[in-house]
Amino acid sequence: MTPRQKRRMAGAALVVLAVSGASALALSAFRENLMYFYGPTQLAEGEAPGERIIRLGGLVENGSIRHAEEGLTVFFSVTDTKNSIPVEYVGLLPDLFREGQGVVTHGRMGPDGVFRAERVLARHDENYMAPEVAAALKAAGYEEHPGKKAY
Amino acid sequence: MMPEIGQLALILALLMALVQGTIPLIGAHRGTTTWMATAHTAVAGQFLFLAIAYLALTYAFITHDFSVAYVANHSNSALPLMYRISGVWGGHEGSLVLWALMLAGWSLAVSLFSKGLPAVMAARTVAVMGLVSVGILSFTLFTSNPFEPIFPVPADGRDLNPLLQDPGLVIHPPMLYMGYVGLAVPFAIAVAALIGGRLDAAWARWTRPWATTAWAFLGAGIALGSWWAYYTLGWGGWWFWDPVENASLMPWLAATALIHSLAVTEKRGAFRSWTVLMAILAFSLSLLGTFLVRSGVLVSVHAFATDPTRGVYILMLLLAVTGISFALYAWRAPTVRSHAEFDPVSREGALLANNVILMVALAAVLLGTLYPLLLDALGMGKISVGPPYFNAVFAPLMVPLIFLVGLGPLLRWKHVSPLEVTRRLWHTLLAALVAGVVFPLAMQGSITLMVVLGTATGFWILFTIARDLYGRATHRGGNPLTALRKTPAGYYGMTVSHLGFAILVIGITLLMAFEQEQDVRLGYGQSHTLAGYTYELRETYGVRGPNYEAVEARVVVTRDGEFVTELFPQRRVYRVQTQPMAQAAYQTRFTRDIFVALGEPLPGDTWSLRLYHNPFQLWLWIGATLIVLGGLVAAADRRYRVFARRTSDSPADDTGRASADDLPEPAGRSSVS
Repeated sequence: MTPRQKRRMAGAALVVLAVSGASALALSAFRENLMYFYGPTQLAEGEAPGERIIRLGGLVENGSIRHAEEGLTVFFSVTDTKNSIPVEYVGLLPDLFREGQGVVTHGRMGPDGVFRAERVLARHDENYMAPEVAAALKAAGYEEHPGKKAY
Repeated sequence: MMPEIGQLALILALLMALVQGTIPLIGAHRGTTTWMATAHTAVAGQFLFLAIAYLALTYAFITHDFSVAYVANHSNSALPLMYRISGVWGGHEGSLVLWALMLAGWSLAVSLFSKGLPAVMAARTVAVMGLVSVGILSFTLFTSNPFEPIFPVPADGRDLNPLLQDPGLVIHPPMLYMGYVGLAVPFAIAVAALIGGRLDAAWARWTRPWATTAWAFLGAGIALGSWWAYYTLGWGGWWFWDPVENASLMPWLAATALIHSLAVTEKRGAFRSWTVLMAILAFSLSLLGTFLVRSGVLVSVHAFATDPTRGVYILMLLLAVTGISFALYAWRAPTVRSHAEFDPVSREGALLANNVILMVALAAVLLGTLYPLLLDALGMGKISVGPPYFNAVFAPLMVPLIFLVGLGPLLRWKHVSPLEVTRRLWHTLLAALVAGVVFPLAMQGSITLMVVLGTATGFWILFTIARDLYGRATHRGGNPLTALRKTPAGYYGMTVSHLGFAILVIGITLLMAFEQEQDVRLGYGQSHTLAGYTYELRETYGVRGPNYEAVEARVVVTRDGEFVTELFPQRRVYRVQTQPMAQAAYQTRFTRDIFVALGEPLPGDTWSLRLYHNPFQLWLWIGATLIVLGGLVAAADRRYRVFARRTSDSPADDTGRASADDLPEPAGRSSVS
């Protein structure tokens, strides 16, 4: 090989090394940060792993929201009308968090059957429901009001 | 009457686009001048009719014409005038009209400024843009007609989504669309060049201002969106790795790679087929972004509607555009390949590494955005990828990239001795490292490895810029001011953008390392201290807006007992959509923002509040502004206009007056293909 070819080879090897290093980094970070979605029925049937962060979605059950006397702890239940899961969360609830509305929470299932949420997300449009929440509700046999078109 | 005129104008625009997209292509193939010339007439017609359609829709909004379904769904008689005008792009259908109007505007600009181009090339470029218009306009007319009537006519409209009733949102989407759509220009030029089989330095030079302008608009759109999220969503974050944010970041990364690769193609004749690939990729990603946002497949703040037919149509359009252009690329690219030689350590080498890193970053974002969709489509479970993934991948990639941003402009083309570079720059690097340790310590009182790396690389860019400017001013011993005045705008554009990037990097590093956030529950007269600032809730009272009711809180902020400011966060409920929305209050200073969002009333006469202390938040906005500004300065460089009148294709006529070298000996300019 001529010196020029050698230099080129070195350059190419460097690029390959950088790209594969970055890919390895990306894939491991990727695996660690995947969050699976579960509906209340799946959780009630014990399908979710206890130690991993997961997403739980459904409707906020009517009459279930309760604030603690002190601090920002709030309790509510997420339901798909068939099963409901009690949720505990410390912090501010999003603007559109309301009873009977769709909600998605991130957190871990506790051994006591209470879901400890780290984040609570409600959508920014009152007529919009996250597709996965809609799917979970449908799986539990819940029908949305007919005639209410989602714009 | 006006809606019907708008509808008719939209149909006529589609017909014009059909002419624009076909006749000139045939003419270019057969060498018929008159057929090629129709491109310029048709594009003017298309623009005119789209402008009429757009104004008709705006008129319907202003006059509360609720017989138009789109207006009835996105406006209300109590909506202020500004939001009635911006409401046109507050929903899906109107956004598309704006998209199409901008595409026609860019096409018209290309047509008007194409006098210096060979007629065949100009005709093909405008025709390719016409074909894209056909796709967008038929999509609008057949699946998302903004003029669709509604019967019976409702008494009042359903109002614009309260989130969109904000000055930031008046300008965020148009800027973003200008960028998305603007990337159609380098795409069309690249496709036209592939059809003609001719890619030379003149081609690259002609593409550069278009690509840079579109890139600047896209950057402005992203920054405005981030700013809007920061103060409107009320949660104090400025980037959420939301799929829709990613959808705008991906074309921006590709466009960034494109403008850098174009520089090499213009100056050295190298990277030709790569540059073409970047031009195609950047626009394909724009369309992908549109698909992701408009199809409703995403769970996002921005996902308005879930209508499968729209998704399928956009997907078909995306596949057609990318499929045809990539096939054309595979077929024609070998004919335009360049054979320029360069060493790994050279400016070409640095720019190549920059492109590789940008592509890896792009691939990482693409993976995190599309993989969940793919799994869902295959029925393999519903997953989402959290922000930690993106942060973990982005941060380590950015460190070498930022280093290259500082180093690249100091390297000569073709060949540099690594030893000599080290000898010249080691003290600059050392100074940057010292600054990387001292600056965070002085400002925040503590450091971590990531903070030092981020701050040091940021300062590295600042110091290399200072060095380069000094070198230019004192080079050849002339009058420093004359030397700087003779430096082309393109160089200053690059420098301003890089300066902005450095400020952005330092800001993000310090913000992410030292930001503090706390949710608190306060009664009247109670206070909480965060990062040295004490927030006391004094009172709450009702406020009436034009179309909302609000509760406003008065929060007094003190530091060490001294008054700092009063903040007035609100919690609004819009009358029509009965949607509550927090309106945060904040105070910005050069090195910190303090930020309060009002939560909800809690039992016992207390309120929940969210407090933020964000160091260096302002640096993000300053940095982003400079990045955009630099792009506009570079695009305005005189030499693009000078060269537009010439059609020489040899890089040898680049006599170095625009070269960014600051080295005593002129760089070698031989052996270019």
